[in-house]
Amino acid sequence: MVGLVIVSHSEKLAESVVELAALMAPETPMAAAGGMDDGGFGTSYEKIYNAINSIYTEDGIAILMDLGSAVMTTEMVLEEMGDRKIKMVDCPVVEGAISAAVDAAGGGSLESVVDSAKMARTMNKF
Amino acid sequence: MTDSKKVIEILKAIGDKIQEQKEFLTELDNVIGDGDHGINMARGFGEVEKKLPTLDGKDVGTILKTTGMTLVSTVGGASGPLYGTAFMKAGMAGAGKNEIEMTDFLKMLDDATEGIKMRGKATTGEKTMLDAIVPSIDAMKAEYEASKDAKKALAAGVKAAKEGVEYTKTIAATKGRACYVGERSIGHQDPGATSYTMMLTVISEMI
Repeated sequence: MVGLVIVSHSEKLAESVVELAALMAPETPMAAAGGMDDGGFGTSYEKIYNAINSIYTEDGIAILMDLGSAVMTTEMVLEEMGDRKIKMVDCPVVEGAISAAVDAAGGGSLESVVDSAKMARTMNKF
Repeated sequence: MTDSKKVIEILKAIGDKIQEQKEFLTELDNVIGDGDHGINMARGFGEVEKKLPTLDGKDVGTILKTTGMTLVSTVGGASGPLYGTAFMKAGMAGAGKNEIEMTDFLKMLDDATEGIKMRGKATTGEKTMLDAIVPSIDAMKAEYEASKDAKKALAAGVKAAKEGVEYTKTIAATKGRACYVGERSIGHQDPGATSYTMMLTVISEMI
């Protein structure tokens, strides 16, 4: 099953997004990489690296990030990891994570999960 | 121009400068960003400083690459991947060298700048560190071409970088966290352009 990694400047935010998405898709492998190693605000190369490794399978992983260093640090981790089935998705983190997690739980491929997450960019709430 | 021993001394001096200016950089970032630039840079260069003794006797490339990798893993904000990539690219350009000339330094800065543009998907005129970096390199190249004097070239670079910092006050941010502040960022100088100018100033004082 495709997994999701949530990268945020905030430890609580990343963990809560995972919890929120898990309400809809408890079986989807998800890992949070939020905040610095000491729990402060920021993004941690090591946390992202470990989060990916903790749930990586051949089915692949979609990564959702908040902004700035979360995006750039994730890029650097992926460059270091080389040829693995991992895609970064440019989308709103909360809505994208729920949409992607549900698709993954239903057996969606990595491409499908990425598309589902991207749908959150244009989905109207009302 | 300089050798690997001196590069270690310069990195230590840059760390001291950042530490000393931590509050100032953070104040600048408080106004238009998320207020972490000084704290993050001080933490990153503090970690670099701890590694410097282990780099004694290594080539310039290894010293700079280690610096870059340390910044990426410890800074925590956008300056981590940006300065980290810059130092790593500069390190690649300096691989195997124990002595570097001004032309090597300029090549390292060129590669570092390309790294920053690539990593930040940024260019000049967006109120970022590039607004100090790019004109400073142009000025150093022009002065070195004319006088073949590294010290003069570095002085010209510092002058242009400072002007670049002033220029960032006149424009609205369209990249980075400050772009959320948009037009209201006009009148405030960019923290990244400021920290780069501090680094170049330290280098110019020590060469």
